[in-house]
Amino acid sequence: MLRLLNIEFIKLWNNKASKVLILAYFILLSSIALISAIKFDFGVFKFHLADQGIFNFPYIWHFNTFVAGLMKFFLLIVIVSMVANEYSNKTIKQNLIDGLSKKEWILSKVYTVIVFAFISTIFVFIISLVLGLIFSSYTEANIIFSDLEYLIAFFIKLFGFFCLGLFSGMLIKRSAFAIGAIIVYFAFEFISYWVFKGFYRDTDIVDQVYQFLPFKALWNLIDEPGSRLGAVKELASVAGQDLSYDYAVHWYEIAIVLGWSALFIFFSYRLLLKRDL
Amino acid sequence: METILQINNLTKKFGYLTAVNDLSFTIKKGNVYGILGPNGSGKSTTLGITLNVVNKTSGDFKWFNGTISTHEALKKVGAIIERPNFYPYMSAYKNLKLVCKIKGVDYSKIDEKLELVGLTERKDSNFSTYSLGMKQRLAIASALLNDPQILILDEPTNGLDPQGIHQIREIIREIASQGTTILLASHLLDEVEKVCSHVVVLRKGKKLYSGRVDEMISSNGFFELKYDDEPKLLEFLEQHASIEKTIKKEGLITAFLKTPLSASEFNKQLVENGIYISHLVMRKESLEEQFLQLTDNN
Repeated sequence: MLRLLNIEFIKLWNNKASKVLILAYFILLSSIALISAIKFDFGVFKFHLADQGIFNFPYIWHFNTFVAGLMKFFLLIVIVSMVANEYSNKTIKQNLIDGLSKKEWILSKVYTVIVFAFISTIFVFIISLVLGLIFSSYTEANIIFSDLEYLIAFFIKLFGFFCLGLFSGMLIKRSAFAIGAIIVYFAFEFISYWVFKGFYRDTDIVDQVYQFLPFKALWNLIDEPGSRLGAVKELASVAGQDLSYDYAVHWYEIAIVLGWSALFIFFSYRLLLKRDL
Repeated sequence: METILQINNLTKKFGYLTAVNDLSFTIKKGNVYGILGPNGSGKSTTLGITLNVVNKTSGDFKWFNGTISTHEALKKVGAIIERPNFYPYMSAYKNLKLVCKIKGVDYSKIDEKLELVGLTERKDSNFSTYSLGMKQRLAIASALLNDPQILILDEPTNGLDPQGIHQIREIIREIASQGTTILLASHLLDEVEKVCSHVVVLRKGKKLYSGRVDEMISSNGFFELKYDDEPKLLEFLEQHASIEKTIKKEGLITAFLKTPLSASEFNKQLVENGIYISHLVMRKESLEEQFLQLTDNN
């Protein structure tokens, strides 16, 4: 396993574009901390985001994993190109001729994806911990370390998303087109979701079905955290709306994403087995 | 002799096209083999199948008597196929480092092999800056990293200039002289003739011949003769028991042999019959002539 990771590391780290994107991604992740600096000062009306409770434990786990999850697109580019470039440079052929088995080849990519997801999770954990310790109103250990399932959900979310990238790169073999295909599919799923939502306004049948589709499944893992904020809730109750909903991480949400990940990896492997290079 | 690769009834179909048709041959240790055939005769496909990058339709192949899996076997093989494939954004040295990792070889081999192919000075330049000749030499260095039991080269001089071709051939010859088994696929006959001891001839995916280069056609060679009194010579040749047929061309008479006959013995017989010829050369067909004869007849 270490050997395969080492091989993949040499390939990635010597590629300038990948290196820049990876660094940019982690810098962006750290920039979550900058949110704490958001301050509006309109004389009488003072607004300091960090004071609104977004950095309170355990809410911070939810908020930060959600925001960090939005940045995964940067790593997607790295992952799609690390697969597609092997096709365009024909190095996949050379790797196999040099004695890597097809299984090892896929595994080296999967391990890399896992490492990316894992490091991101650790990163988000540390940043959130530090931010929380600075700004949180509660710093008791049992509160700090509650709701950590958001980190697990974050890890699964990244892993599933990157597996999708892996498969798309394998299937389409050209980075730009592979990323394009993901975007087109995303648009298709997103638009069709809202169209059907419009048709079946009174039932939750659309959600029932769409929770099994890849992007909705990824989205469901970490629900949008904004409406959990005290300030937003107050505003809503003034407007006479009840925004409270089920924002917990559910086992079946994790299972659906893991199911998709397994399918993506399996079909990537099958593509490699069946294809003549 | 130890068997390195055995191919049995291998067939590969691309849709309706049969690229390799029921092909069988064996590669033994220590020989230099050539796979010879026109473009599109299935050479690269055959190599691709044995190298785990093309899926066979039927038949099978065994590396090293089938004692280890294909990808493990490939770690003991050095191969380059069609054109050199490396990571363009990495230097030669780093590319070879990666190959070392895959094959499980120590990094210390890299400098040795780069020296062998004469790329030591450019080892830190990116692969994308290399000329085709340099890329091809780097590919050979990469294939040699693990001191392979067999070196497989597919059209190694394709697209190179005369100097590049010469360099590659010199390297191949040097490697062959060290006792490494080599399998060389080519459509260039003189290349195979110069380097190989054994040859497999393919046409449209079918094997036409496999065996030693010098036994490719069971021919006893021919004489080229010149004599002022041609009718007399022709009459003599017609009655000669060892002569199969004669052809007149460009002022020379070519007499093909049925049974072995040495030039001195033949000369003696001519003198005994009162024929004093002005030109006598004994020759065997070149590989090119043999090859064309083989591919035409079938």
